[in-house]
Amino acid sequence: MIEVSISPIDTALLQRSLENPAAGGYCAFEGWVRNENEGHVVKRLEYEAYEPLVVEEGEKVLAEAKARFPFLEARCVHRVGLLEIGECAVWIGVASKHRDEAFKACRYIIDQIKVRLPIWKKEHYADGDSGWVNCERCASHGIAD
Amino acid sequence: MKQITVRYFAMFREHAGVGKETLELDAATARDVFEATRTRHGSQEPTGHCKVAINDHMAEWDAPVNDGDVVLLFPPVAGG
Repeated sequence: MIEVSISPIDTALLQRSLENPAAGGYCAFEGWVRNENEGHVVKRLEYEAYEPLVVEEGEKVLAEAKARFPFLEARCVHRVGLLEIGECAVWIGVASKHRDEAFKACRYIIDQIKVRLPIWKKEHYADGDSGWVNCERCASHGIAD
Repeated sequence: MKQITVRYFAMFREHAGVGKETLELDAATARDVFEATRTRHGSQEPTGHCKVAINDHMAEWDAPVNDGDVVLLFPPVAGG
């Protein structure tokens, strides 16, 4: 399941939602808002998403991950709106029978989310300027990776 | 001519000054629609870094557009 959230991500609650008696491993990734990018002091981030296609394309990503690295449960939440430094922008959790599938599926899902889902982020800098982060900068210098 | 509704997101919305507009275009593909809006709003992005959807489904730039379609133009994505 993939969701877009306007409110803060409750990672503990999400982790509990993946509990499964057959699971022997659980892996989570959290992307946090960092205070610097490419020499600019970042004060906050603003995320925008087109939810219908985040869900449609995100479900494809989860299905691909499951085909490659069979897991038991997986879930992803991406924040939208204004986020402060240190806030969780994206959370991915995977529960699997053994650890290998959980690690690999988690990595696959975040890597695909960053390049495929219609989500954009605008950096608000300390000097009052702001700018949309494009895909090239995101790929090599992601602010929340 | 076809009546195409174009939706803009993030940077494109700021360039266009609107989130949505309906245009009369002589366009065969999604790429033609993007080129027409680039001329209209002065966007510099090459299509290779951008994504497009037609009627709420991801599409290729060569996908045909029909009268009444809604074309969604996505600037370079940056999730995560």
